Amino acid sequence: MKIIVMMKQVANKDAILRINKDATWIEEGDLSFEVSESDGYALEEALRVREKLGGEVIVCSMGPQRVKSVIKDALARGADRAIHVAGDNLTHLTPYAAASILVDAIRDEKPDLIMTGLQSDDYGYGQTGVIMAELLGLPHATIVIELDAAADKLRVKRELESGWYQWYEMPLPSLLTIQSGISQIRYATLKGIMAAKKKEIKEVTPSAELVGRPSHQRVEKIYLPQKMKQTQMLGNGDAKAGAAELAQKLHVEARVF
Amino acid sequence: MRRLGPQNWRKSYTLKRECFNQMSNGILVFIEHKGGVANRTSVEAIAAAQAFGSEVTAVVLGADVAGLAQEIAAYDVAKVIAATNPKLAEYTPDAYADGMEQIVKQVDPSFVFLTHTYQVRDFAPKLAARFGKSLISDCIRAKADGGKISFTRRIFLGKLDADVVSDGESPVFASFQTGAYRPDQAAKGGGATVENVAVEIGDVRMKPEAPFQEAKQAVDLTKAEVIVAVGRGIKSKDNLVLAERLAEVLGGDLAASRPICDAEWLPIDRQIGSSGQTVAPKLYVALGISGAIQHLVGMKNSGTIVAINKDPEAPIFDIADYGIVGDLFEAVPVLTEEIKKIKGI
Repeated sequence: MKIIVMMKQVANKDAILRINKDATWIEEGDLSFEVSESDGYALEEALRVREKLGGEVIVCSMGPQRVKSVIKDALARGADRAIHVAGDNLTHLTPYAAASILVDAIRDEKPDLIMTGLQSDDYGYGQTGVIMAELLGLPHATIVIELDAAADKLRVKRELESGWYQWYEMPLPSLLTIQSGISQIRYATLKGIMAAKKKEIKEVTPSAELVGRPSHQRVEKIYLPQKMKQTQMLGNGDAKAGAAELAQKLHVEARVF
Repeated sequence: MRRLGPQNWRKSYTLKRECFNQMSNGILVFIEHKGGVANRTSVEAIAAAQAFGSEVTAVVLGADVAGLAQEIAAYDVAKVIAATNPKLAEYTPDAYADGMEQIVKQVDPSFVFLTHTYQVRDFAPKLAARFGKSLISDCIRAKADGGKISFTRRIFLGKLDADVVSDGESPVFASFQTGAYRPDQAAKGGGATVENVAVEIGDVRMKPEAPFQEAKQAVDLTKAEVIVAVGRGIKSKDNLVLAERLAEVLGGDLAASRPICDAEWLPIDRQIGSSGQTVAPKLYVALGISGAIQHLVGMKNSGTIVAINKDPEAPIFDIADYGIVGDLFEAVPVLTEEIKKIKGI
């Protein structure tokens, strides 16, 4: 089975985000990056399918040269080869534009299965995968939390809301978006890291026509969320003092015990 | 969070009414249902649409949704469309995208509003793609500003807000986060007309089985008066005992954010958030929980919210009544002891 895993590089979850002076994005200069969490689970699930059924896992990531670190990490974990859709102007695409470019980059591979995370940890649109399926004419299933793959079809467990689930039978080829926590993610071994150095990373540049298409929506500005409540911050950096004060406040002010 | 949207919106709306009058074709609102029973949160999209002062058309899809369409017609909307086909008897993204595509083309609305449920996340991007665009997804509010409409959505897992404007042709597809509007804000009307439309549905390639609940939920946190919830910041399973002790002295229940249940440190029936339980206790104590949207939607209506987190930027502080920036391993034992002292136990 030929599986392509779409992985996005995003700002590190614990990074302190600073808004740029145009208020259009964050300052990226001193930021550390990592793979978007659910994309990591998509890769793990793809590797497990390959271990069961044989075949090939190709990882595909889009962005500037820094996304090579996501690609190299995926190769070290066991992906066979990679496609890097490279460019410095690909960070702020709409999901539709991103999907159009990614589809263009992988179409000729004719994968049996495409997997990606259910949404990215930066923009969080949660759409690129589904739109890719539509553009490729493939069926899709989203928020997949369990996968039973056979050579000719899939059985996937989808997460619904409030603790409900549903199994779907999916034909191949198809596209799945994977929920975080579907399985335990493996670590890259030293052997894997060494082997990754010899693996192919194909760099492709998206067509100017696709990148330059007028966008139907754009981010006008970003800002810190307006506070919903007046939060009383306690302790002023001293956690123990804050805790003692909090106990009093909960008793006297909030009267919750 | 839930009250912010419409208030801000109405303010700008009265100033910019003329802008909406140009939206001749109004707003189409998608109503989700389970076996003919409307999803409460879908009604929130009606409230969102009504706040624009434009003509609202609601649409329900199914094999037989006459009863539901009548029910929705009680809201102050111009029309309810019952789009029917036997292939719509159960939800699939293929069938729903086909059905909705036809209704959107027929109504030709300026906007299509949906509530950002798991079902909408599944089919709406596919629908929007058929119109050559994306969905402005998971919005927390929308407002008219200088003759254009901007939608606000959370980015970076809730750490920042982004205002998104649409430059393209109509329709604009937008989904609103659950709780962005209240269902009881949706005004009732004098009885809208119901139009039945038989839609054509192509191949449905996925075969759904019946939805089910994993195991019977052993723990019902919705009734808890006090909840002590832990997140990634608790670091290891062994540290859970700290939170357990605090829950014990408060007479509360222990709960967790998704990563803790994924790691199986606590069973899934203690998970709070969009994929777990939605709770509103008198007191909610969040320990080492940053407050991703998926968690916040499950607890933001709690009475008093306490957050202890080392990251001063954590979104949980936006909705907390009391916050401590610092090490929970220092704060929690002191908090537990102080509460014991006050309670005299």
